[in-house]
Amino acid sequence: MTKVYRKSDEVLTPLGMGTEENFRAVLEGRSQLRLHEGTFGVKEPFFASLFDRDAIMAEALKKGIEGYSFFETIMILTADSAISKAGISASSPDTVFVFSTIKGNVDALEKGSEDVLLSSSAERVSRYFGNPNSPITVSNACISGLAALIQGQRILRGSRARNVVVVGAEVQSKFIVTGFQSLKALSPEQCKPFDAGRQGLNLGEAAAAMVLSTDPSDWELVEGAVRNDANHISGPSRTGEGSYNCLRAVVQDKEELAFISAHGTSTAYNDEMESIAIERAGLLDIPVGALKGYYGHTMGAAGILETAISMKAVENGTVIATRGFTGNLGVSRPVKVSNENGKTTRQAFVKLLSGFGGVNAALLCRRGGGR
Amino acid sequence: MKEVKIYSDGRVVIDGTETIYEQKGMALLEHLYRTEVRDYPKFFKMDALCKLGFLAVELLVRDEKDRFTPREDRAVILFGKSGPLCNDRNYQATVADFPSPSLFVYTLANIVTGEIAIRNKYKGESSFFVMSEKDEKTMKNTLEEAFQDPMTAEAVTGWINCMEENDFEAEIKIIVK
Repeated sequence: MTKVYRKSDEVLTPLGMGTEENFRAVLEGRSQLRLHEGTFGVKEPFFASLFDRDAIMAEALKKGIEGYSFFETIMILTADSAISKAGISASSPDTVFVFSTIKGNVDALEKGSEDVLLSSSAERVSRYFGNPNSPITVSNACISGLAALIQGQRILRGSRARNVVVVGAEVQSKFIVTGFQSLKALSPEQCKPFDAGRQGLNLGEAAAAMVLSTDPSDWELVEGAVRNDANHISGPSRTGEGSYNCLRAVVQDKEELAFISAHGTSTAYNDEMESIAIERAGLLDIPVGALKGYYGHTMGAAGILETAISMKAVENGTVIATRGFTGNLGVSRPVKVSNENGKTTRQAFVKLLSGFGGVNAALLCRRGGGR
Repeated sequence: MKEVKIYSDGRVVIDGTETIYEQKGMALLEHLYRTEVRDYPKFFKMDALCKLGFLAVELLVRDEKDRFTPREDRAVILFGKSGPLCNDRNYQATVADFPSPSLFVYTLANIVTGEIAIRNKYKGESSFFVMSEKDEKTMKNTLEEAFQDPMTAEAVTGWINCMEENDFEAEIKIIVK
């Protein structure tokens, strides 16, 4: 099968623009997660990692990016940077765009606008880049970002394009925040993945882009899988069924794994489910970490953002500390989670995500000639 | 190849045979449930998109032997333009006073794939792709690409769209690798 590589990536988060800058911030334990009171007109305070929208829109305007929603603007900014780093032609018929988001411009509904279709945003962003192909948007709940990377990999293996630009973003809104509040899924404080004291998730905003290609480069996207629990639309399987089936499908040689970058939302059920899936897959001796304590749950951006940061971590020989974890494990299986940065010489990792609708995804990434 | 089409104007086409119902829109979906399914009360909790997708697949697979035996080799891969737009409007209407958790859950495009997977015990891939129009070529390419997964031997796949609760269409079939 044709091999698929990451040609470049870019992330834009409340911690800043740039994968490198974000990785440095994460290594230093920084986060923009904080309590928001009255933001978006939400009555009940909530803990989240949110952008300074005015600053980003001003930055975009300087680059001549004008007339797009905030959601579309952050996708354009990250994709533009990833595309120029990759040195590919975005307007070539040989370049295909794959988008990832859950709710896109949904905040426009509140203002009475019906211009909230995910496909409309995808069309506008791909037209900004002059791309002639009809774009596709993966909207697979919280696994969207990984599902989009997997779709990009498949497009290249199927020889439908030479390069694929995968772009994911999520912006928060009254719509999303009140929804998670109504489900009682939000933590009133900093989220604590895998911790005994975890009380739920924090929401986050981010955009992330990755250019994939068949041209050999540092990182290979080796194998990906998407599996459904076939159990419940808003709760994970108690046996970790789908997540376990994903791990079974993608892990080839566990000895090469530096870590598993878990979904780790810090909800009671998700983290417990992941610990069960990891045990069933025979991976309890592999370090496990979650990035939600730095960024919150960035939904449609999470898969791409967390994959890009995990690649940096492997390059730096680091297993990133799980921010928010206090050292008191709160899941039934003894997964190796740490609140301190660790060292590794291994050259591969697995990114895991799970989401509503019973979906799960896993992606194995490997650096250079590792193994 | 098996295929089921359901349109909000009352047309239901099963393997090429068309039936025109008096009932239109949501009334059509409830009528189909009451006459063709009956044993899955969770149906009434679903939003319009899920009801539509659920029913199309019921009509598609109801005569299969051992249809409820769990299987990982059949994927659910759907395409559409609206996603959960109808239900987004319904949820938005509750946001100011008492945001409804039961409506919020259905504001995700892929819940319809999850409902189908749960009903039929499909543990394979489930994916929802949003497109601006029913582009058969991209749908065909995407489905072929999904078959790169060695576990996926067949797929419940097709177009599903619900712009308004009384303006919808589903064209769902089973494709074997």
